[in-house]
Amino acid sequence: MNEKVMRNHRKRQTIIFSIIIIVLTYLSSDITNFNIIHGIATLPEAVKWIFSNLFINGETLERLPKILEKLAETILMSIAATTTATVVSIFLGIMGSKTTGTSTALGMFARFVASIARNIPVVAWALILLLSFGQNSVTGYLALFVGSVGFLTRAFIESIDEASLSAVEALRATGATYFQIVYKAVIPQCLPQMISWILFMIETNIRSATLVGILTGTGIGYSFDLYYKTLNYNAVALVTFSIVLSVIVIELISNHIRKVIL
Amino acid sequence: MSLVKVEKLGKSYNSQTKVLKDISFEVGSGEFVSIIGPSGAGKSTLLRCINRMVEIDEGKVIFDDLDVGSLNKKELRKMRTNIGMIFQHYNLVPRLSVIENVLHGRLGYKTTLQGVFNKFTEAEKEHAFFLLKKLGIEDHAYKRCDQLSGGQQQRVGIARSLIQEPKIVLCDEPIASLDPNASKVIMDYLKSITMELNITCIVNLHQVEIARNYSDRIIGLSKGGIVFDGPSYRLATDNTDEIYGTKTVETRKLVTV
Ligand SMILES: Nc1ncnc2c1ncn2[C@@H]1O[C@H](COP(=O)(O)OP(=O)(O)O)[C@@H](O)[C@H]1O
Ligand SMILES: [Mg+2]
Repeated sequence: MNEKVMRNHRKRQTIIFSIIIIVLTYLSSDITNFNIIHGIATLPEAVKWIFSNLFINGETLERLPKILEKLAETILMSIAATTTATVVSIFLGIMGSKTTGTSTALGMFARFVASIARNIPVVAWALILLLSFGQNSVTGYLALFVGSVGFLTRAFIESIDEASLSAVEALRATGATYFQIVYKAVIPQCLPQMISWILFMIETNIRSATLVGILTGTGIGYSFDLYYKTLNYNAVALVTFSIVLSVIVIELISNHIRKVIL
Repeated sequence: MSLVKVEKLGKSYNSQTKVLKDISFEVGSGEFVSIIGPSGAGKSTLLRCINRMVEIDEGKVIFDDLDVGSLNKKELRKMRTNIGMIFQHYNLVPRLSVIENVLHGRLGYKTTLQGVFNKFTEAEKEHAFFLLKKLGIEDHAYKRCDQLSGGQQQRVGIARSLIQEPKIVLCDEPIASLDPNASKVIMDYLKSITMELNITCIVNLHQVEIARNYSDRIIGLSKGGIVFDGPSYRLATDNTDEIYGTKTVETRKLVTV
C-alpha cells in the first residue's frame, strides 16, 4: 500500500519534472532566438565541414615538435597552478571547516574567498587579470590559480566535514595541540579524498588552460588561435587532437592513481 | 584522599534548559564508579566537565588538586595528559594503523613539532606493544583500524588512553555499540587493567546490571541531578525506578535492554 503510494508519487514527480524541462527549453530557445529545428538541420553540414577541413596531413606533422612544446608548457602551467592553489586551499579549507575551524570570523572569510573565486568563471578571471598583467603566461597562471583556489577550498571543506572526525575530540582529550590534531588525524583521514580532488582539478585546468591561452596568447591556446586565424585548418586539427589525447592520458593516469589510493 | 571533586556543578548549553544542576560528589583514587541514567540525563556532559571538553558554567571541578575551570590553555593540556578518555564510537582515525592510533595517546606529552614529526621514543613504542599484547590485539598492530571489529577497535581506544599513563580513565558509554560478548570482553579488560594499574575509572552506562556487576559504586543521574550515590549493592529497584522514571518491572527491563 505504502509502496504503491510512493511509486505513484515518484511517477508524478517525474512527469512534472519533464514538463518543466520542456517548457524551460522552449522558453529559453524562444527568448534567445535559437531555433532548435534549424540547429539540428545544420548539424550534418557542420559535420561534413569538420571532416573535409579538419584532418591531419603529412605537412602539418612537421609542426608537431612546436605544438608539443606548447602543449607541455600548458600542461606544466596547469599543474603548477593546481599545486600552488592546493597549498593555499589546505589552509583555507581547514579554516573554513566546522570540524577544524578555530574562529567563526576566519571560517567566514575562508568561505567568502572561496565563493568569490569559484563563482567567477576562469575565462572572466583571465579577462580581468589581462587588464593588470597584460598578455603573458603570468595572467594565465593566475587565472587558473584563482579558480582552483575557489574550487579546491570548497572541496577540502567538504572532505573534512564529511569525514566528521570524532578522532579530533579524542585527540583534544589527550592534550594534543591544534596542529598535532590537524596533522595526525584530519590530514591522514582526508588525504585520499583531497588527492582525488587535486587530480580532478589538474584535468579541469588543462582543459581551461587551452581557452585561457587563447585570451592570454600563451601555450597551446596560442597555437590554436594562430593556426585558426591563418586558416591553417590542418594544423588546427593537429592541435585539437593533441589536446584531446593529452586530456585522455591525464585522465587515465589520475584514475589509476585514484584506484591505488582510495 | 579524593582524586576528583565536583562541587555544585551546573551546566547549560542554552538559556532555556539546564543540563546539569547542583552536582556534587567525590571520587577517590582507584575507585571504579558507574554513572547510570537514561539518555539525555546529562551523563556525557558531566563526564566532559571533568576534563573540560565542555566549559563549566557554575560550581567547581577539582582534579588532582587543580581547579579545572581556571586552568589556562597550556595547563589544561598538561592536565588532560593525566586523563584518559574512551568513547562509544571509539573515535579512532579509521585509515591509520592500530599502532599509530595508540601512539596518538602520547601527543599530549610532546611539543607540536615532535608530534608532527613522529618523534616517539623506543620506550613509548615498546609500551604501545605491551598494551596491545595485554589487550590481545598485538597481531593487528599494523592493520588499519577500519578493518577491525567494534570490540577490537574499542580495545585500541583503551590502549590509546592507557599509554597516556593516566590517573583516571573517563569512559562514555564504552559498550553501547557492541554486542553482549564484546561488551563483556571490554568491561572485563577495563575492570582488570584499571585495578592492576590502580587507575581510577568513571564509566557512563545505561545498563543497570552491568553497572552493578562491575563497579564499586554507582551514581544515578536523572534530568541533570543526582538521585542515587552509593555502593553498588545498595542500589535497589526503587532507585532505578526513580533514575529511569519507570514504575513497573517490565518497562524498566525495556530501558535496560
Ligand atoms: N553540544 C550540545 N549543545 C546543546 N545541547 C546539548 C549538547 N550536548 C548535549 N546537549 C543536551 O544536553 C542534554 C544532556 O545530554 P548528554 O549529556 O549527552 O546526556 P546523556 O549522555 O546522558 O545522554 C540533552 O538534552 C542534550 O540534548
Ligand atoms: Mg551520552
